[in-house]
Amino acid sequence: MTRVLLAPFTLLGQGSVRLMSGLGSWGRLVGDSIRALRHLDVWVPLLVGQMRRVGADSVPIALFIAMFTGIVLALQASYTFTGAIPLYFVGVLVGKTMMLELGPVLTGLALSGRVGANISAELGTMRVTEQIDALETLAYPPLAYLVVPRVLAGIVMFPLVTALAIAVGITSGWLTSLALLDMTTHEFVRGLTLFFETFDVWFALIKATSFGFVVTSIGCYFGFHTRGGAEGVGRSTTRAVVVSSMVILVLDAFWAVTLL
Amino acid sequence: MSIVIRDLHKAFGTKEVLRGFSVEATEGETLVILGQSGSGKSVTLKHVVGLLEPDQGLVEVDGLEVSTLSREELYDLRRRAGYVFQFAALFDSLTVAENVGMGLRRMKDVGEEERRSRVEECLALVDLDGFGDRMPAELSGGQRKRAGIARAIATRPKYLLYDEPTTGLDPITRAVIDRLINRMKEELGVTGLVITHDMESAFRVADSIAMLYEGTCRFHGTVDEIRDTDDPVVRAFIEGRPELIEEAL
Repeated sequence: MTRVLLAPFTLLGQGSVRLMSGLGSWGRLVGDSIRALRHLDVWVPLLVGQMRRVGADSVPIALFIAMFTGIVLALQASYTFTGAIPLYFVGVLVGKTMMLELGPVLTGLALSGRVGANISAELGTMRVTEQIDALETLAYPPLAYLVVPRVLAGIVMFPLVTALAIAVGITSGWLTSLALLDMTTHEFVRGLTLFFETFDVWFALIKATSFGFVVTSIGCYFGFHTRGGAEGVGRSTTRAVVVSSMVILVLDAFWAVTLL
Repeated sequence: MSIVIRDLHKAFGTKEVLRGFSVEATEGETLVILGQSGSGKSVTLKHVVGLLEPDQGLVEVDGLEVSTLSREELYDLRRRAGYVFQFAALFDSLTVAENVGMGLRRMKDVGEEERRSRVEECLALVDLDGFGDRMPAELSGGQRKRAGIARAIATRPKYLLYDEPTTGLDPITRAVIDRLINRMKEELGVTGLVITHDMESAFRVADSIAMLYEGTCRFHGTVDEIRDTDDPVVRAFIEGRPELIEEAL
């Protein structure tokens, strides 16, 4: 009876221990990766390739999401404002929402699925097929070879992809306003610039940079710690996507609390 | 002594894999370590290049205690020791030639031109000329093993460590790999450490044989000595007759 009553607390305790241990282990990987930055000859030649994989290859999915988000935002704003608020506020809502929230967060979530899963599956497969051990025996520091270029690529490319996504989202919102809401370009731009502040762009880029860091580092972490065969790789990949998506949402709230 | 393993202990959680394993490989010889699956053979090999750290005991290579080496010293040691993985562990995203040249890229004194010629030379040595542009996925099991050997010898190591080099191969390919191991010894003068449970292969390549049983060294001697041994555990293993152990107990 006592055991049954204590079970929730036991589970909570075990979960907390696992969480803290995972956090410590991830922190160690990040710390060791920072130390591995000194192996310039190992990671520099790989950086451009990773930037292409993490960034350029993610552009289509990010823009696809942004385009439809912009359309829906414009239509929903118009629906909400009808009769009560001047229609040029559609531009305010599309611009502010894309920059402050949906641009970075939706891009981050989409890329956690694409980039985080890719990194975790690749490194996980390398782990279970002893390719990471092989790197070690060939005198390569694995963190400098595998983690550093991926995380740096994430930090550099996520803000760029997010900036593009924001631009496309706003453009699609503008085109929707012209085509379906009987608005003029002048009205949309008036709304877009009404409460615009340069800080909004910085806010979006800071968020995107932090998302780039967590998605790639968490993907690397789970990939590096993969155990077992194909099943282990699948488990690591799922965990990488779930955990990085959750962390993106927590970070989103963190930046809102600290910077706004 | 080239490679000295003394009183090596290693446990994973509650499972004690090595319980005081000791063996020595002298310079230029090929030492084969036999043992059942899961007996700790691969674990032993990984200690030699510092992929694992012993819980107790030591591993010395060229008089250097592996577990006490700094990161840079460890990399120096690894450049002198080629490691052939059980499933080759070729990098999927690189061509065979890029795989073979990986270790050479970490050697500052080896230029682009020399690297290219050494890669070709190593591929020729393992009879894989013309395979340099292929991806690992396009190779058969035996070809992958040979590519793994080419990668291990590219840095002209003093030691070659083979993790189950013939496991899962057909008899012809096994003989080819065994010949290759002997060729590495004769032509490159390397000290070899081969772990296997393939007796035929062991007899073909070994100068001396050690048997790892229940975490310790059950037997260490020449090929002739192991053939003549009365130890029921060793006999059970080489003859594939588990009942000999039961009878002896």
